[in-house]
Parts: sequence; structure tokens; C-alpha cells
Amino acid sequence: MRKPPEISNRSRRMLLRSGLSLGALTMLTGCNLDDGDAVDRVLWAMSRFNDRIQGLLFSRTTLAPVYAASKLTTPFPFNAYYPMDNVPEIDVDNWKLEVSGLVSDKTAWTLSRLRALPQESQITRLICVEGWSAIGQWRGVPMRTFLQHIGADTTAKYVGFKCADKYFSSMDMQTALHPQTILALDTGPANEPLPPQYGYPLRIRVPTKLGFKNPKHIAAIYVTNKYPGGYWEDQGYNWFSGS
Amino acid sequence: MSSSSPADPRKTIVVHPLVVRLTHWINAFALGCMVASGWQIYNASPLLPFTFPAWATLGGWLGGGIAWHLAAMWLLVANALIYFAYGLFGRHFRRTLLPITPGGVWRDLRLALSFKLQHELGVYNAVQRLLYLVSLLLGVLAVLSGLALWKPVQLQVLDDLVGGYPVVRWIHFGAMAGLVGFFVIHIALVILVPRTLPSMITGRGRPHDVTVSES
Repeated sequence: MRKPPEISNRSRRMLLRSGLSLGALTMLTGCNLDDGDAVDRVLWAMSRFNDRIQGLLFSRTTLAPVYAASKLTTPFPFNAYYPMDNVPEIDVDNWKLEVSGLVSDKTAWTLSRLRALPQESQITRLICVEGWSAIGQWRGVPMRTFLQHIGADTTAKYVGFKCADKYFSSMDMQTALHPQTILALDTGPANEPLPPQYGYPLRIRVPTKLGFKNPKHIAAIYVTNKYPGGYWEDQGYNWFSGS
Repeated sequence: MSSSSPADPRKTIVVHPLVVRLTHWINAFALGCMVASGWQIYNASPLLPFTFPAWATLGGWLGGGIAWHLAAMWLLVANALIYFAYGLFGRHFRRTLLPITPGGVWRDLRLALSFKLQHELGVYNAVQRLLYLVSLLLGVLAVLSGLALWKPVQLQVLDDLVGGYPVVRWIHFGAMAGLVGFFVIHIALVILVPRTLPSMITGRGRPHDVTVSES
């Protein structure tokens, strides 16, 4: 898609990557990019409206469907914003989970400390924003339990994640406190430690949100009232993306 | 529609009430956005071994397609609610879509296929009634299956009804295909009986300007 340089240089969080404004409709009506900006703004506003509606629809007691082990999808599909060759190599001896923001205990967590916390296992369907889905098993620390341990202010609005692969994402506090939202350490039919391509050593598993809201290779967790956005969310994927 | 006064053949009658015309064109726009952006989303993970050509899609990329889809859905549903309220409580459905009898459909279908069916503005023949009713039901199916795809946890009762999220994807696709099929027939018939187009814009037409036509 061609763009006049002054527009591509303008720093705007409004721009939905290359194309929100440039679909068939634009061609039909012959709109130029400036008209497209208005379309962009409407679409962003509708996406924020959809965030609020989804927050209202969300129930902390409504559980995602769970499945029998016989329904597991094998092999589980790999998906990231980069090819499999670029999966980060994590040096687990030096790995620590940073904690920051509106929490009372900001001590970083080692893997063994996380493993010492109570663990829960689930077999749920991961639904990708692209449309496909796969059933997988994950085991780890319920986010709710972890937030209690770090003394998080659970009246705050957001929980944010920073990842070793430069990915980042965030979720609403209600979803973070949902019983099926876990800090996953294990996966697969035998609940073995996460293989590199599935987010070693730690990923977020949240079956009430689309796959891209399940970040891998978590390096830092923070609690905040300032909208944290995310890698895809900043480009135009709906932020809440709840199921 | 109006009382049939055969007196003056130059006199125009109200063929389509304002509510029907407004909701028709808003629906055409909203449904067009839904289909084109839906094709964009489909292309990210095709169900069948084909993708839709980029020129026919809306949004430019997956994120744009979803943004269009989840914005236009509000227009589509709000407009449909107004139309259905009018159709049910304003007796529009009962007056124009009913009765539909197998005998009537069979008779009008044979007449239409032999190009002997007379089109009278403001009166739907039995084949039209059936087509419009099926398209309304497809629209309801598209919205319900769409809700089941959007909220497979909060509205899991919808997904459970038909066997889960992957099945719902096919149903949503099927409802789209049916609506696009309706659209093709609908446009073909408007081309065959072009004077039906102005009446959907102005609302008026000459009742006795009757020609032999397919619809």
C-alpha cells in the first residue's frame, strides 16, 4: 500500500498498520488516505467500545470448556510473530521473573520458587485470532495465586507481560483473577516442562482469551493502571480479545 | 401494500415503506462490510483449499479485517433489530411474506423458469417470499454463529448446541455462502426487472406497469 511519506512518518497510535483504511471500500469510493484516517479513528473507537462490552460480558465464574486427554491436538501447532528458527534460547540458570508495578513484593522469582507454589492443570482449547484452534494441556501456577503472593493491588486495571522474544501483551485484572488463568510451566500429554517453541520456561495460559493474549517466554510481570497495550494490540488487534 | 385502486394507471403507489427502504440499504452496506471483512479473516486460516482475492476483501490485513468485522456487526444487528421489530409488530412480514405454501412456490417457480411469471410491484410472488424468508433465516444463523465464534466461552451454550467451536466456523461460513448466493439471485432478478430498483429507492411505483418477467 502506498503512503505519502509525511503520513508514514507521523507518529500516531491511530494507524492500524498498513491497511485498515485501504480495503475494497476505499477503492470503491476512491477515498484518499486522509479520509482513511477518519475511518481508522472510527475503527479504533469501535475497538475500544468492544473492549468495554467484552469486559461487561466477562464472568469470572464462567469456565472455558475442558476436554478429555484423548482430545489433545498432537502435534500442537507452533505460532509466533517469527519463524521457529528464531525461538529465543533461554539460559535457565540466569532466568528470573521480574515483578514490578502496583505490588508489595518486587522480589524476582526463580523457576524453583514458582514450582514450589501450588500448581493446576487444564486441558482447554486455544483459539487463534486467525480462526484455527487446538486443544492442549498446560500446568502451572494460577495467576490469582501468584498475584496474592506478590501482594498485587487487585483493584488495579491491568496486568502486563514482557517477554524474552520482545513480545509484550496485557490483560484486564478480572481475567487475570479468573481461575483458569495460569502461569504455565508444563505442557503436553505428559505435562512436561514447556519446550522452547511453546514458551520455555514460562508462558501465560488464558483460555478465556485468543491465542495472541497467551504470551510466551515471560520475563516480567507488572501491575498497572496505565493501559499497557501489546505487540499486536498496538497494531490493531482488539485489546480485550476475550472468548 | 396500498389499497388496489385500478382507476388511473399513471398513479403511483407506495411499494416499499420508508423503514423497509432505509433498513434495506443500511443492511446492504453493513452486510457488504461483513462479507468482505469476513473473507479477509477467512484468508488468515482458510477452511477450504482456496482464498478470496485481495481485491474483494476489506481491511488490508487480518487485524484490519477483524476491526471492520467487529465494528460493522453493531450496525448490522442494530439495523436488523429495527427491521425485525417493524416486520413483526408492523405486520410487514405477515402482509408481504405470508402465506408461503409448497403449492404456491411450485406454481410460481414453474412460471418464473418459463419466464411467464408476472411481476406486480409491491406484491411478492411465492418464490420471492420463500427466498426472502430463507435469507432472513440465514441472516439470523450468521449472527448467532458469529456470536458463538466471538464468545465461545461466555456463550458456550451456543457452541455446545452444534458440537463446538470448529463446527461453528463451518456454520458461519455456510451462512455467509447462503447469503452471498441469495445476493447473486437477488441482483440477477433486479437486472431482469430493472424497474424494481427505483421503487426500493423512492418507495413508489406504478402498480399496473406490469410486464412478463422472471420474478
